[in-house]
Amino acid sequence: MEATIPVLILAIPLFMFLFLGILGKYMSHKLAGILGTAGMGVTLILAYFTAFTYFFAGTPEFVDEAGQRLQCVVFNVDWLQLYDQLVIRLGFLLDPISAMMLVVITTISFMVHLYSNGYMRDHHGVWEKGFQRFYAFLSLFSFSMLGLVVATNIFQMYIFWELVGASSYLLIGFYYTKPSAVSASKKAFIVTRFADLGFLIGILVLSWYTGTFNFTELTSVPVADGVSAVSLTTAEGVKNIFASSAVPTFMGGSVMTWALVLIFMGGMGKSAMMPLHIWLPDAMEGPTPVSALIHAATMVVAGVYLVARLFPLYLMEPASLTIVTVVGAITALYAAMVACVQIDIKRVLAFSSISQIAFMMVSLGVATPDFHEGLGYMASMFHLFTHAMFKALLFLGAGALIHAIGSNDYTDMHGLRKYMPVTHITFLIGCLSIAGIIPFSGFFSKDEILSSCLGNSTVTYIWMSLVAGLTAFYMFRLYYLIFWWKEHKVREGHHTPHDQPWTMTLPLVILAAISCVAGFIPFGNFVTWNGEPYDFMAHFDWNVATISLIVAVAGIAVATWLYRKENSVPAKMRAAIPALWDWCYHRFYFDELYMFITHKIIFGCISRPIAWFDRHVVDGAMDGMAYVTNKAAYAIRCMQSGNVQMYVWIYLLGALLLGAVTAVCLMF
Amino acid sequence: MESIGSIIMYLIIALSIVVFSVLTVTTRKILRSATFLLFTLFATAALYFKLDYEFLGAVQIAVYAGGIVVLFVFSILLTSHPGHNSERLVSKKRVLGVFAALATFVVVAMALLNRCGQAFVSLPQMENPTMHKIGQALMGTGEYQYLLPFEAISVLLLACIIGGVVIARKR
Amino acid sequence: MEITMIYYLIPALVMFCCGLYGFITRKNMIAMLISLELMLNAVDINFVVFNRFLFPEQMEGMFFTLFAIAMAAAETALAIAIIINVFRWGKRIDVSDLTKLKD
Repeated sequence: MEATIPVLILAIPLFMFLFLGILGKYMSHKLAGILGTAGMGVTLILAYFTAFTYFFAGTPEFVDEAGQRLQCVVFNVDWLQLYDQLVIRLGFLLDPISAMMLVVITTISFMVHLYSNGYMRDHHGVWEKGFQRFYAFLSLFSFSMLGLVVATNIFQMYIFWELVGASSYLLIGFYYTKPSAVSASKKAFIVTRFADLGFLIGILVLSWYTGTFNFTELTSVPVADGVSAVSLTTAEGVKNIFASSAVPTFMGGSVMTWALVLIFMGGMGKSAMMPLHIWLPDAMEGPTPVSALIHAATMVVAGVYLVARLFPLYLMEPASLTIVTVVGAITALYAAMVACVQIDIKRVLAFSSISQIAFMMVSLGVATPDFHEGLGYMASMFHLFTHAMFKALLFLGAGALIHAIGSNDYTDMHGLRKYMPVTHITFLIGCLSIAGIIPFSGFFSKDEILSSCLGNSTVTYIWMSLVAGLTAFYMFRLYYLIFWWKEHKVREGHHTPHDQPWTMTLPLVILAAISCVAGFIPFGNFVTWNGEPYDFMAHFDWNVATISLIVAVAGIAVATWLYRKENSVPAKMRAAIPALWDWCYHRFYFDELYMFITHKIIFGCISRPIAWFDRHVVDGAMDGMAYVTNKAAYAIRCMQSGNVQMYVWIYLLGALLLGAVTAVCLMF
Repeated sequence: MESIGSIIMYLIIALSIVVFSVLTVTTRKILRSATFLLFTLFATAALYFKLDYEFLGAVQIAVYAGGIVVLFVFSILLTSHPGHNSERLVSKKRVLGVFAALATFVVVAMALLNRCGQAFVSLPQMENPTMHKIGQALMGTGEYQYLLPFEAISVLLLACIIGGVVIARKR
Repeated sequence: MEITMIYYLIPALVMFCCGLYGFITRKNMIAMLISLELMLNAVDINFVVFNRFLFPEQMEGMFFTLFAIAMAAAETALAIAIIINVFRWGKRIDVSDLTKLKD
C-alpha cells in the first residue's frame, strides 16, 4: 500500500492542530469551526478509504490465500536511533483492529467536530470563549489517537498514549476558569500518569528481554516484506526468551507475567479500571462533546486496544489474562452499581462507560483460542466498536439536553420527550442498544461477550449477566427520569427547551442509525485475534441470547416499574438499604480513600516531613551559608575603604609574605 | 682596587642618595620635598656618570631634574598655599609605613646578600657607549635595536600630551 | 676597598624603601607622586647597575632605563593633570578624600 494516504491521515489532524492553534485567534469562530470539521472530514474519508482497502481489496499484502488477514507495516521510519539495537521507529501498522479503530475514531471525531459547532455556542449564537482553541485541541487529540492505534511498536504507542493523555488533560480543563474543571484535569493527568509509570516499566522489562519494541516481532511471523501474520509461535518464542534467560520470579509471578501486568496497569489507568477509575467521572467537567469523544468512545478504550494488541503475549501467560478478567469483572459490577444512583446524567454515563469498558476487558480476559477460536477477542473488539457508537450517541444526546436545560442534573429535566423529540428518539435508541435489546447493536456484541464468558466459567457468565441487567436498569432509569415524569415548570429566564440546530441533531441521527444496524455487521469476518475469519452466526448460542435478552428486559421492566412515573417506591427502597445506597452514591468512597491515602498518609507522613526537612535543613544550610557570607562581608567591608594607601600596604604585605616564603623554601 | 678619589666619589653619591631620599619623604613642607627629590635625582645622575653612562646621566638631568621636577614645582605652587605644612602624620599610619619600608628592606637585603652570588662582582672594564652606538641602537630594527619601543614611546607621549590637556582643561 | 655591585644596590634599595614609606604615609597626592618617582628611580638605578656589572658589553639595561624615564615623564604629566582636576573639584588634594571607589 502506498504510504501517502496513511501519512495524510496523521498529518491532516496535526496540521489542523498547529494551524488552528497558532492562527485560530485571527480567524472568526465560524471559520475555525468549519475548517476543523472539514479537516476531520477529509481525514474521515481517507481513513475510510484505507480501512475499506484493507478489508475488501483482498490483495496479498492484506490477506493470504487461506483468507487470514495479515498485519501490514505501511511505513516505519527510524525516529530515534539510540544505538544500533535500540531504535525507536514511527510507523503505520495496518491490521484488523487498527483499521477498525481508524473507522471508529474518525467517525466519532468527525461527529463530535460537527456537533461542537452547535454545542459550543449558547442559544443566542454567542460562541464559547476559546472556541478555536477547542478545535485545535480536538485535532490534537484526533492526531494522537490515530497515531496510537496505528503504532508499529510499543514505544510509539507509548508516545501517543501520553499525547492522548495530554490532550485529554487540555480538554478536561477547557473551562480553566472553573476550579472543578482544573482539579478534574489535574486528577485525570496524575492518575493516568501514575498508571503510565507501570506501563513504562512494563515496556522496558518486555523490551529488555526481547530486544525489540515492534509489535510484529512480538506477536507475529513475517510473511513478506512489511507483512506478517499473527502467530502464537512468536509469542511462544517470546515466552521462551523469558524462560531461557533464567530470570528469577518476583513475588510468585514470572517476569513476563509482571511485564504484561505492568503494561496492563497502563491500560487500567487509561481505561479507568478499578482502582484507577477515579479520574473518569470527574473528567466529565470537560465540554460534553469531549466526553463523548475522549472519555466514552476512543481514548478510554485505549487500554482494551493495548491488551488486544499484545493479545498473543497475554495468551502465553494465563495468569495475566486472569488478572485482566478479575479486574474487568469487579469494575463492571462496581461501576454499574454506582451508576444506578447517580444524579448527574454525565456521571451516570461515565460510570456506564467504565462498566462497558470493563465488559471488553473481561471479554479479552476470557478469550482463549480453544473456545470458539478466540470468540472473546472478537466480541471485545465488536463491543468496542458498537459501544463507541452508542455511547457517543448517548453523550451527544446528553450534551443536547444539557445545552437545552443548562444543567447536568436530571432533576432539572423531567418530561422532556415532548419538547425534544429527535433527542428523545435517538437517546432511546442508545439506551436500547446499551441495554442489549435485539436488534440494536449492543445486543449482538454483548451477547458474544456473555457467550465467551460462558466458555470460561459459569461464575463469570452469571456475574456479567447480572451486570448486563444492571446496565439495562440504570440506563432506563436515566431515560425515564429525563424524558418522562411530569415536567417541571420552566424556570425564570429560560425559554422552553427545544431540539438543537442541525449541526447537533445530525450527528445524533447518524449515530443512532449506526447503532441500529451495526449489529448486523459480520464482524467475525473482519476482526479476529489471528486474522482468520470466524462466522459467529454459525456458532450463535441462542440460549445465551435468550437469557441475556430476558435479563435486559427484566432490567428495563424494573426501571419502568420504579421510574416510569414519579412515585415513592424508589425512596422506600432507598430507606430500606441506606448503607448500600450511600456506598453506591459515594462511589464506594473511593475518592475519599484516595484523598486519605494521598493527603493523610503520603502528604502527611512523607511529604510534610520531607518538606520540613527541605525547608529547615536543606534551605537552612543554604541560608546559613548566605548568612555567614553576608556577615563576613560586612565584617571585612572596612577593608574596602577606597583608601589607596591601605591597598598598597596590603599588597606589599602579600608580596613580602610571598618573598619570605620563597626565601624560606630556598633556605631548606 | 679602586682609587681613593673614586671611593670618595662613591661615598658622596651614596650618602646623598640615602640622605636626600629620607629627607624627601620626611620633610613636612611639600616644596622642600620636591627640592630634595631634585637633589636625589641629581645624585642618581651622578651615579650614572660614575658608571660611565654619560648619555643616561644627561637624560636623567634633562628629563627628570629639568622636566619632571619643574612640573612638580608648578603643580605644588598651583595647589598648595605658601607656608602651609602638611598635617601631622597619624602615628598608626607612620608605624605602618615604617614597618612596610623596613620589612621590604630586610627581605630584599637578605635576598641580595644571601642569595645573589653575583652581588660582589667588581666593576668590569667597559667601552663607553658612544652617541654613535646609542643612536644606531635606537634607530635600528635588528637584534638589540629599539626602533619599535622608541616609536611606541613617542606615541605614548603624544597620547599623554592629549590626555593631560583633556583632563586638566577647564570644563 | 673594592666597590662591588652591592654597594650600588643598597642605596637604591634605601631609596626604594623611602619611596614606599612616603607613598604609604603621605596624604598629599603630589607628595605621593614624588614618592612614586623615588621608587621608579631606584628601579632605574638597579637596571643600570645590573647592566654595568654583569653585562658590560651590552646596553639593554641602559635602554630600559631610558624608556622608563620617558614613561615616568608621561606618567607624571598625566597624574599631575588628574591632581589638578581633583584640586579644582574639591580645593584639596588629599588622597583620603578620594574614596569614591568603595561605593
